[in-house]
Amino acid sequence: MTKEKRKRLIYSLVTYLLVIAAFIFLQSMIANKTISRSLKGQLVPICCWIVMAVSLNLVVGISGELSLGHAGFMSVGAYTGAVVSGWLLNGFDVQDTTLRLVLAIVAGGLFSGIVGALIGIPVLRLRGDYLAIVTLAFGEIIRSLVNVFYVGTADGKLHFSFLQKNMPDAVTMLVDGAKGAVKVKPISTFTAGFILVLITLVVVLNLINSRAGRAIKACRDNRIAAESMGVNVTKYKMMAFVTAAVLAGMAGALYGLNSSTVVPSQFTFNQSINVLVFVVLGGLGNVLGSIISAAFLTILPEMLRAFADYRMLVYAVVLILVMIFTNNPTIRSWVNRLTAPLRKKEKTGGDAQ
Amino acid sequence: MSNQAQAAPLLRVNDIHVYYGAIHAIKGISLEVHENEIVTLIGANGAGKSTTLNTIAGLLRPRQGTIEMGGAPIQGVSASKMVFRGLALCPEGRRIFQQMTVRENLEMGAYSRPASEIDASLTEMFQRFPRLKEREKQIAGTLSGGEQQMLAMARALMSKPKLLMLDEPSMGLAPILVEQIFDIVTELHQSGVTILLVEQNAQMALRVADRAYVMETGVITMQGDAEALLHNDAVQKAYLGS
Repeated sequence: MTKEKRKRLIYSLVTYLLVIAAFIFLQSMIANKTISRSLKGQLVPICCWIVMAVSLNLVVGISGELSLGHAGFMSVGAYTGAVVSGWLLNGFDVQDTTLRLVLAIVAGGLFSGIVGALIGIPVLRLRGDYLAIVTLAFGEIIRSLVNVFYVGTADGKLHFSFLQKNMPDAVTMLVDGAKGAVKVKPISTFTAGFILVLITLVVVLNLINSRAGRAIKACRDNRIAAESMGVNVTKYKMMAFVTAAVLAGMAGALYGLNSSTVVPSQFTFNQSINVLVFVVLGGLGNVLGSIISAAFLTILPEMLRAFADYRMLVYAVVLILVMIFTNNPTIRSWVNRLTAPLRKKEKTGGDAQ
Repeated sequence: MSNQAQAAPLLRVNDIHVYYGAIHAIKGISLEVHENEIVTLIGANGAGKSTTLNTIAGLLRPRQGTIEMGGAPIQGVSASKMVFRGLALCPEGRRIFQQMTVRENLEMGAYSRPASEIDASLTEMFQRFPRLKEREKQIAGTLSGGEQQMLAMARALMSKPKLLMLDEPSMGLAPILVEQIFDIVTELHQSGVTILLVEQNAQMALRVADRAYVMETGVITMQGDAEALLHNDAVQKAYLGS
């Protein structure tokens, strides 16, 4: 017991330390101006995708439900964030960007969580492929709805409608239908992204290693057995789903406030699949893996600019190679044999069978 | 024995009817389990044994009839709450948590109990099932069929149930392992656990049980002393094949 607990603790510590080390390293690079422009522009998106991947891992890896609508929650967060930030600026003249950012992220998470709970109630009654298809549908519904949504602010009041003509005359548009959220003031910072990643890690790692986390895994492994042990399956599936939705909403708010516009086409089904790729590539249930693969796969397309037209082809090839190297049993045993001398020390260290 | 029969039964199922959609699967079954008894429910495939057990465990709902545990009605209580009332189901086909270790499986079994009591129960289970002790850190999905069955039983026992319900513990096991499993059932009985056992292997079940109910297409056709049923001609013909 203590040994297993220690193992989990070490895993968590390594995860935190790696993230913190990466942050310090990148910050010093920014200070020394040794960082490339393209990488610097990627820092906030990387943080967002890390949060997305870790939160989706909670649903797919830990809770075992294939969700294909995670980008939908991100868009809810992005729009909420843009609206809240714009409203605070135009309606209440809040100039403090940090305050606006924090409130926008909190609101994004909150609203996305509510949407997650509403969607979760019908969706979590389904299993397997059916659940996947329905989450996909909900993701598309969210995208279609924000596509025809208008939000504006006038005299400190919010106006929203599905018809543009319903908006009052002297209104500052915040969300303009298919044009998306317009005139967003980019206020996201790398530090905020880093803090959000840390919050996500604290939430997810603690949840996984708690009694609730064990119950969630039990529902994944065997629903009937979990029920027979006294686990309320619906409750714990909801817990994982809503937590993931809240985190995705927060990531969305950060993402949306990183550029001057938010458009619905940023959050398509493709984007949900992308996040799923991060999760699967990093390993189902493996938080550290999600972080690394999200960061790596976000940077990769930029690094492949040299290949010009063949960029996405190379990206696909890299994906296939990584999958083969991490999951093919023959290659794995071959790699294990190669690294055996390195791991010998560990084994004598007390991991005996 | 006569004492116990007069006392209020631990479990009383009274005239339950269960449907799968339009199919009337259980047609008015009544049975009783008294404290410290092993009662077995035998019958052919599709007789409704597992359906009866799942209904008692709250996984299915009866359309009619009552189920009482220690005098209190429990029909309609959700399956996840049943454990807290002292009822443990060891479901058909073992259904262990494949991706968890043996130890974690057992800890899940004690989900309904305070954390302070878990260690003592774990020690007890490892004494009763030394094989599981050897496999403590192994991922449960890699255990053999017999070991998985032991794990499923131990996991159910971790909740310290008043009534343990076993659904086909001998399913898919080699004859020697079936004997072992039934030895364990007998030992459990001797240590004071009340058991409701559903089995296809009628001969083995009748040997270990005190009383038995014979089911056929949703109704109980015979009931009584297990020993007597074992030598009953009709049972012999129908289930024991000689």
